[in-house]
Amino acid sequence: MVWKRRSYTYTKAQAPVLSGDLEEDLDLEEDEDLEVFSKNPSLAVGSSVSSSVVQGSLVHSPGALVRSSGSMVNQYGLEEEEEEEEEEARGGVPTRDLFVTVDHPESHVTAIETFIVYRVLARTTRGDFDSSEYEVHRRYQDFLWLRGKLEEGHPTLIIHPLPEKFVMKGLVERFSEDFIETRRRALQTFLSKTAEHPMLSRSPQLKVFLTEQDLTAIKKQGPSFLSRMGDSVRAAAIAVRGVRARPQEFGAMQDYADEFSCKMSALDKVTQRIIKEQNEYLEELSQYGPLYSQWAELEADLSEPLRGVAGCLDLCGRETEEQLRHLTEVLQPTLHQYLLCADTLKTVLRRRDHIQAEFEAKNDALASSAVSKKGDLETLKEEAAGLEERVESANSALKGDWARWGDAMRYDLREALVSTADKNQDYYEKCLAVWETFLLSQKTPPGQEED
Amino acid sequence: MVERETALLKKIDINVAESEKRSGKNTVNMQETYTVYLIEIRWVVERGGLPVGDSPWRRYSEFELLRTYLLVTYPFVVIPPLPEKRAEFVWHKLSADNLDPDFVERRRLGLENFLIRVASHSVLSKDKIFYQFLTEEKGWREAVLETGFQDKADSRLKSLSATLRVKNPDKSFTDLKQYSDELNSAISHLLRVRAKVADRMYGVYKVHGNYGRIFSEWSAIEKEMGDGLQSAGHHMDTHSASVDDILEEEEHYADQLKEYLFYTDALRSVCRKHELIQYELEMAVLDLASKKQQREELTTGAVRVFSLKGMSSKLFGQESPEQRESRLAALQQSIQASEDAVLDKNQECREFMRMSWEEVKRFKEQKDRELREALISYAIMQISMCKKVGDNMGTATCDPHHVTRTM
Repeated sequence: MVWKRRSYTYTKAQAPVLSGDLEEDLDLEEDEDLEVFSKNPSLAVGSSVSSSVVQGSLVHSPGALVRSSGSMVNQYGLEEEEEEEEEEARGGVPTRDLFVTVDHPESHVTAIETFIVYRVLARTTRGDFDSSEYEVHRRYQDFLWLRGKLEEGHPTLIIHPLPEKFVMKGLVERFSEDFIETRRRALQTFLSKTAEHPMLSRSPQLKVFLTEQDLTAIKKQGPSFLSRMGDSVRAAAIAVRGVRARPQEFGAMQDYADEFSCKMSALDKVTQRIIKEQNEYLEELSQYGPLYSQWAELEADLSEPLRGVAGCLDLCGRETEEQLRHLTEVLQPTLHQYLLCADTLKTVLRRRDHIQAEFEAKNDALASSAVSKKGDLETLKEEAAGLEERVESANSALKGDWARWGDAMRYDLREALVSTADKNQDYYEKCLAVWETFLLSQKTPPGQEED
Repeated sequence: MVERETALLKKIDINVAESEKRSGKNTVNMQETYTVYLIEIRWVVERGGLPVGDSPWRRYSEFELLRTYLLVTYPFVVIPPLPEKRAEFVWHKLSADNLDPDFVERRRLGLENFLIRVASHSVLSKDKIFYQFLTEEKGWREAVLETGFQDKADSRLKSLSATLRVKNPDKSFTDLKQYSDELNSAISHLLRVRAKVADRMYGVYKVHGNYGRIFSEWSAIEKEMGDGLQSAGHHMDTHSASVDDILEEEEHYADQLKEYLFYTDALRSVCRKHELIQYELEMAVLDLASKKQQREELTTGAVRVFSLKGMSSKLFGQESPEQRESRLAALQQSIQASEDAVLDKNQECREFMRMSWEEVKRFKEQKDRELREALISYAIMQISMCKKVGDNMGTATCDPHHVTRTM
């Protein structure tokens, strides 16, 4: 299998905008593929993106499946090398040094509310972590907090979505096993993908999330809420004006995001429909088989083949259950997550547009002759330069991450579709065997059959 | 399926070759559209293969008339059933319309099957009316009515009354009746659920068709996965379309089960006839007993049981010895007739039981054999379906490495 090394080289220009108060906690090692973050983004030299995005055929590790759940133990050992190749294909850091799992959902009851708490395990070889293993307990709101912080810090990076908030949909219970399990898997995927991301895995908030026992104190910190308000008001004002000269490549990305969103939504719906129909099919099938057994009780010679058919139908029913399980646990969640990703894409593109619009507004102010004092002019020029930097870095971050995301998306969806097709293949092979066994039993006269 | 056991089938081939729509006035003088079927009889190949008779066109109601005639004329035979009058056990795609071409086609096969079964029966195949049905366009209807079979038919009331009042039906017949009731129930339940399963399966396959369209559209925006998605979409379409053939084959299986469902009615007919004859025998015996008793009373003068005669003789005085003598003589004759009747009925009863029991035995063997074959062909159908669909899946994925490479 031919594969090409991908490297996502982020230069200083692509340094993420950090939220001020946590800079002191940074102590990042140099990594050959990652440059050290500059604490002051405006010092960054505006250089173009040098991420080498290779088009063309892609690596596919045979047999390697995306594991959205399961113990970390599987990820070590003999399969490490395969894992590395796989990770590169998925757009991950070549050397994985942080592994996370989300498991053991438990009900937590307080005077005010009841909620589910998940156990989050982290294993790492990174030096910036004090220990190599951590165990904390987190609820859904904590994950929301983490993602919000990551978005703040990296507004134009594509961050994996979280499972949706609970919506009363029919009779689905908030605490139903299925709902909790689906949510757990999605949370697991979110954390794994974040830990794999070359930039996001270095986020201080991620570290805090994985290591601090009590998150409540830290969550209360941060100026974010009010400043975000301010930001969004400004953003809204600019949005009304809109961005003028959006570079063509981002326009193309916008079109792609819209189309992709459409397709994912459609696929999600179709898959849900199939699951529903398959469930109803199973229900009817479960009544069908036993009727042959009941008939067999009325018969003499005919009783044996009738029971045979009943047995076959029963076994085929079980295979159908297996097929359905795969749809519900693998294909459906993957499609749904990429549907949510599509929204993230659009959000990220929107933010980039805002950043550019802000710069354009500043430029307009500069160009207009309303500026009187020379001092004001200088300030304006500095501010404009700063905003230009922001635009550059936002663009590079987005372009780099877009390519990375695209690879991961293609890998994940391909895996999900191929594994579903394999499961279907499996189903037909197993059913075939069941009926052939029955046929064989009918060819030998009764009484001479072997087991 | 049919061995040429009878003299009739050794001579001729029977085919219900075609169907046609006709319009005409029905019995209440209203215009209606109906279907007629062409009955083609030919000499067997060894005898030249040329057509025999008029090749009549017959409609379903004429088949019904023939069957009723056979039921009345040969009550000890398990008469083969006709295909269903109205489409039952339908699932959503299947039409319940009698004029629907698929329904007409399946009915054509069913009618042909009926004729061949009658022709392969040792007794029924010799019937003249049956042969006329196969070969004479005109005059068949008059001929069958002329046999007066309708007068011979047991009224429903008589039959029902017998069923309710018979005291000692033969145990093997009561068992048979119970068996046919239970079998009827089992098969109809099975067919109902089968139809629902087919319906659901159809739904699952058809929804997969939507994948095809979406994958196609999606492939347009993906540079790298485009080919793979196109391929996947195509396979989804094929998969989705394959269900039509699968379910059509299953309908044939369902038709085989339906035939035996309707056979249970024929079995019940035989049981009812037995009950009727047995009941008539019991009535004849009772009748004889009461007449003998009357004779006794008349002879001894003792009135043991209340009778109108006894009452009236008390009120109006006894009759003269001459009157008594003549009455006694009449009674004696009546008793003689009754005794003959009992003997005849007894004979009829025994004959009926003997002949029908042989018939039932033959039928049971046929049923076990044919239903076993039906189950086997059902398994074969499932296997070929798995192979066909599995192959389609296979070319889509496994070469999964082919598809994924292009994806």
